[in-house]
Amino acid sequence: MSVGAQREEHTSTFADGVRAGIPFAVAGGLLSISFGVVAQKAGLSAVAAIVMSAIVFAGSAQFAAVAIIAQGGTVGAAVAAAALVNSRFLPMGVALGPSLPGGAAARAAQGQTVVDASWALASRDDGSFDRMMLFGSSAIQYVSWTTGTVVGAIWGEKLGDPETLGLDAIYPAFFLALLLVEIKSRRALGVAALGALIALALVPVAPPGVPVLVASLASLVGLRRSAR
Amino acid sequence: MLIGGCALVTAAIKAAGPIALGGRELPDRFTGVIALMAPALLAALVVTAALADGDRLSIGPDTAGVTAGGLVAWGTESIIGCVIVAALVTALVRAIS
Repeated sequence: MSVGAQREEHTSTFADGVRAGIPFAVAGGLLSISFGVVAQKAGLSAVAAIVMSAIVFAGSAQFAAVAIIAQGGTVGAAVAAAALVNSRFLPMGVALGPSLPGGAAARAAQGQTVVDASWALASRDDGSFDRMMLFGSSAIQYVSWTTGTVVGAIWGEKLGDPETLGLDAIYPAFFLALLLVEIKSRRALGVAALGALIALALVPVAPPGVPVLVASLASLVGLRRSAR
Repeated sequence: MLIGGCALVTAAIKAAGPIALGGRELPDRFTGVIALMAPALLAALVVTAALADGDRLSIGPDTAGVTAGGLVAWGTESIIGCVIVAALVTALVRAIS
């Protein structure tokens, strides 16, 4: 299925969102299998790993938190790392806000559905967001994310080491595929390169999560009005 | 504790963004910024996941795998093909190195 197939639609239905989310759900499901395995290696029980996926539903934060526990870190440090890794949802939510109807509580509740892939799928070129695309594509990804964790947590030991299988490459590859869809102009390409450079420059000096958050500042290039 | 803490901070962050501006429309100038936020954030996620190992930068088998997956995504627009090729190439490079 083409990654960009649903992009031309201006206002989508929930079902459109589900359909557009399927490829990301499949990729995310593979990723969550490796999460189930990694979490158990870090000392979480199978049930804990599954519950974590079901109620946290934020892949990168879950991996970050579990990695810190595996290295002998405290629960506080693990939660702090999860917060930092998830800090990118703050600018994403600010961007999304005006496209959501209802009062503050309703918007906050709708904001819970944001995951990277669905946020990117729902973003339109004019800066607004397609709400049903967001909900539908998140829903199918939620199903596959929790299902994958169940598979990894219960049968993971039979799969062997996730690194031997190359499962650790799935997460960056997933975002790379999403990025390629987003690069529709020379300007977007420049901003992506700038964001990547900012993040790489900060990796040696900042805690995990901060490089990605600061990289979002590359989008301020958009303040300069010029032809795309 | 760990799970509850992670769930709470995630929910709080996701709730804060949409209500931060009180539902007001963003000034026109900022819509261009928002449209460019996805490429900036996604590019940063890709390079930190593929090149960073803790606080060090390293090129490893996963870097080769992600590059191969990127070529597949570029050529075919298939995200499933992209992640499967990335995993296979990473596993292969790791096996022979």
